Amino acid sequence: MTDASEKDVEQAGAARTTQAAQAGAADGTRAAAPTKSPIVSVRHARKAFGSVPVLRDITLEVEPGEVVAIIGPSGGGKSTLLRCMTLLERLDGGDLAYGDLAVAADGVYGNKDVLARARSRFGLVFQNYNLFPHFSVLRNVMDAPVVVQRRDRAEVEAQARALIAKMGLEGNEDKVPCQLSGGQQQRASIARALAMNPEVMYFDEPTSALDPELTAEVLRVMRGLAAEHMTMVVVTHEMSFARDVADRVVFMDGGVIVEQGPADQVINHPRQERTRAFLAQREA
Amino acid sequence: MCGMLGSGFLVSLQIFSLTLLGALPLGLPVALARMSKVRPLAAIARFYISIMRGTPLMLQMFAIYFVPYYVFGVSLTTDSKWQATIVAFIINYAAYFAEIYRSGIQSIPRGQYEAAEVLGYSGGQTFFRIVLPQVVKRILPSITNEVITLVKDTSLAFSIGVIEMFTVAKQLVASQVSMLPFAIAAAFYWVFNLLIDALATRVERKLDYYHD
Ligand SMILES: Nc1ncnc2c1ncn2[C@@H]1O[C@H](COP(=O)(O)OP(=O)(O)OP(=O)(O)O)[C@@H](O)[C@H]1O
Ligand SMILES: [Mg+2]
Repeated sequence: MTDASEKDVEQAGAARTTQAAQAGAADGTRAAAPTKSPIVSVRHARKAFGSVPVLRDITLEVEPGEVVAIIGPSGGGKSTLLRCMTLLERLDGGDLAYGDLAVAADGVYGNKDVLARARSRFGLVFQNYNLFPHFSVLRNVMDAPVVVQRRDRAEVEAQARALIAKMGLEGNEDKVPCQLSGGQQQRASIARALAMNPEVMYFDEPTSALDPELTAEVLRVMRGLAAEHMTMVVVTHEMSFARDVADRVVFMDGGVIVEQGPADQVINHPRQERTRAFLAQREA
Repeated sequence: MCGMLGSGFLVSLQIFSLTLLGALPLGLPVALARMSKVRPLAAIARFYISIMRGTPLMLQMFAIYFVPYYVFGVSLTTDSKWQATIVAFIINYAAYFAEIYRSGIQSIPRGQYEAAEVLGYSGGQTFFRIVLPQVVKRILPSITNEVITLVKDTSLAFSIGVIEMFTVAKQLVASQVSMLPFAIAAAFYWVFNLLIDALATRVERKLDYYHD
């Protein structure tokens, strides 16, 4: 068992080392935590829209507590990858697993029950929030845990109020989304996803609909989650966020992972020409 | 005179209520069928809607009245006209409501479905908790329009010989050689529609707590 874990650490490579080092600096418990199997793993994933390949042999694993930033030019397949991982789209080929739950093997998906169990393990934050406009903030956060997970209403409400407060939205529980700023709506949608107690949170450009001030509010709560070792996969154009918060940065272009590694390495010392070109363009 | 018109109005009111009671719910499965991925089902629904909206309600009443007699040899009774009227009104209005529902359902952004899917809502839960309440708000003005049209359309039952308010008014006009019964009948329709309008405004205001 110990051998296997050590091998895992080796395989996961530099990213984990950095993560462990960072975590060690922030909080000593993390480095000592026993190695677990990946929370989610995608292997040799393929996906095409019609005859256009959008994902070409993508392999990605996310370890518990890891923050992975996915960057890359428009049309590179970042959203499609996230949509496949969140079961909004189906892979044409390859494997998808949540822990020991095999969701898709060689492009063949499990049954409804398997998909439902997989869905209970992740949360997704959309670029345009997609809050339910007819529900109050509190109801947006509470509804799925009560209706889908059939949890006790009082317990859910206590958790929901705590999450809303944690997102800096105290006092807005009874407002409806249209009464909130974009940044507040995005934070409410993060609370909604967290209320399902997911093992991993996905974010698809959570701040790109927001102006800089509101972006900062949202990034602040995301940093908070990272500090609590929430496992996160974030598609972002915010290079400073990727550099400062992510343990690992994945650069995607043309449906492939061109380069990945510790955030500092990929962003400050990219090895691939395409990554360099992309980053240079970003700075300009 | 007002008493006679009043009892005629009660008949109109019955046509009105029975039509809404039947057509408002029936429109939903028709709309869902129309949007179905099962091609034949969608085609049937599309054809049905096209006939209902493309031919006069009056002809539809006659068709429903006579078809059972000519095709199936069912003998016509005194109730047949009334039954044909109600059935024709329901299936005609269901087609209009179906199209309103469909436009409303299709106007809900895909992101709402995706958010619900990721949160694990079932198809039914998504429809009834997330989609339908938003659809109701969006289509309320169109539904109100249709309901107001229905109030006036009840007078079409006159053509098949159902004694509703307009029939009564016409008889009174003939026997009394006065246009007054028509004026009173018009007032009945108008006041009733004012009430509907007031009700619709109240509901709209109630749903005004959010916009999207
Ligand atoms: N539903 C779809 N149908 C057809 N083509 C699609 C669909 N969704 C995405 N694509 C195409 O797939 C490619 C990858 O799109 P994707 O949205 O994954 O890119 P992205 O990396 O998220 O880009 P961006 O930074 O602009 O969000 C693009 O060429 C896009 O046009
Ligand atoms: Mg995208």
